[in-house]
Amino acid sequence: MGAAELSILAKQKQTEQPLLAVRGLTKRYGRRIGCAEVSFDLFAGEVLGIVGESGSGKSTLLSCLAGHLAPDAGTVVFDTADGPRDTVRMAEAERRRLARTDWAFVHQNPRDGLRMGVSAGGNVGERLMAVGARHYGQIRAQAVDWLGRVEIAADRMDDRPSAFSGGMQQRLQIARNLVTGPRLVFMDEPTGGLDVSVQARLLDLMRGLVREMGLSAIIVTHDLAVVRLLADRLMVMQGGQVVEQGLTDQVLDDPQHAYTQLLVSSVLQV
Amino acid sequence: MTDQAYNFAYLDEQTKRMIRRAILKGVAVPGYQVPFASREMPMPYGWGTGGVQVTAACLVPEDRLKVIDQGADDTTNAVSIRKFFQRTAGVAVTEATTAASIIQTRHRIPETPLHEGQILVYQVPIPEPLRFLEPRETETRKMHELEEYGLMHVKLYEDIARHGTIATSYAYPVKVEGRYVMDPSPIPKFDNPKLSDSPALQLFGAGREQRIYALPPYTQVVSLDFDDHPFDPSKAAHDCDLCGAAASYLDEVIIDDQGGRMFVCSDTDFCRGRREAGHVGALGVPLAEGGM
Ligand SMILES: [Zn+2]
Repeated sequence: MGAAELSILAKQKQTEQPLLAVRGLTKRYGRRIGCAEVSFDLFAGEVLGIVGESGSGKSTLLSCLAGHLAPDAGTVVFDTADGPRDTVRMAEAERRRLARTDWAFVHQNPRDGLRMGVSAGGNVGERLMAVGARHYGQIRAQAVDWLGRVEIAADRMDDRPSAFSGGMQQRLQIARNLVTGPRLVFMDEPTGGLDVSVQARLLDLMRGLVREMGLSAIIVTHDLAVVRLLADRLMVMQGGQVVEQGLTDQVLDDPQHAYTQLLVSSVLQV
Repeated sequence: MTDQAYNFAYLDEQTKRMIRRAILKGVAVPGYQVPFASREMPMPYGWGTGGVQVTAACLVPEDRLKVIDQGADDTTNAVSIRKFFQRTAGVAVTEATTAASIIQTRHRIPETPLHEGQILVYQVPIPEPLRFLEPRETETRKMHELEEYGLMHVKLYEDIARHGTIATSYAYPVKVEGRYVMDPSPIPKFDNPKLSDSPALQLFGAGREQRIYALPPYTQVVSLDFDDHPFDPSKAAHDCDLCGAAASYLDEVIIDDQGGRMFVCSDTDFCRGRREAGHVGALGVPLAEGGM
């Protein structure tokens, strides 16, 4: 895509309401800064990668964005069905409703995002039932369909996730989150903790889903290969601050900030 | 008669007032679990201390008390609770459902329809219907507050996935007045329809868990289900062998060493009443002749 096309795209986007508009988001832990003055827009169909080392503030930022952590300052305006709303100041009931309808959250550890005592089919069906699905046959049919999309065979749907490998558990967690067609997916190190070969398969699968569904997502990772493959745009964090942001290829191929240069070069050495 | 070492109905007036406040709150918010400070009772928790405290807080000297366990008035548990209140409150007792003003029960709702003015007190072991899948108390309270009940259907989904049908046959979850999901205590699901629109006041007491909840008279209570797996109260395909009742809940009783068995009403008062009225089941003999 040429620069001219990009600027046309940028102009189009200015007239369109962002799906998520973040302004001045700040979280402190006592004197220590979690994240400071983070601002960005995410448009529908975009995947934003947030990279940085551990302690850079990227996980704190994600927790604040998803409503798991209350920020000290700033706004997180989500374009709800009833128009743009600041989710930070929203009543908890409403935020939780958002979390099981328009939003989804994929945890690094599948155990945090799955019900280990419930079958794979029940795990996928839970969100459907949470929004009122009351037809067993239809819930099951949708669960089978989604398990298929994440390459879990239908004959495993009545097995509990504890009988699954780590990679399968993570694919199940993704299916469980995407089954209701969320408009925004938060992902926290979705490939972390998996073997390299398993990571590659998961990434491939995620890329397929992102393209197929036109997903909007915010992915936090320390793994530049993940964002290279999935993210349209990239935000680089260091010490709680955003030090650089831009189109993924631009940032990775021509990093401007010294810290980004360091990150990129260290990945090249691997 | 009354043992003077105790206040009327064992509990002191202060404690009874505290329990009555919890009951009133429960009546005001049907199906909502009200915390209360459960007291030590002179019996083990498994013996229905929650129900006993609720009964103690409701009893007045004019009451006529009936106590049943699995439908029967003569089990050890029922007998000891009945004796406890005879001793500590000196109230009249009865086995006749229609004659009782307060009925304390474990595991059953009487077959004979209840009437206005009666109080049915249930002994509850685990009041939280969501605990099966969500052990965190803070989270289940939040789920009730925000009406996040999808998890309840996950439990039923798991039932069907595993057994081909909703296999839950006791403590079958219900929704009260379209708002709170409630555990009806371990009554058979056969009894669930009796929970709804009852003329009697229904009170639920969990001693160890320190919760009281209530269904005021004529409250709508709906058993949870799926559109394609509707709630089925299910009944054994038998009539009572003693009284011939076709629509009562039956216990299977082994009657000899050769594996012979018979089906009899679990509600002993109901069964006796029918036999006294002349009904005779397949293995029964008319009461007048001194049959079993
Ligand atoms: Zn009978």
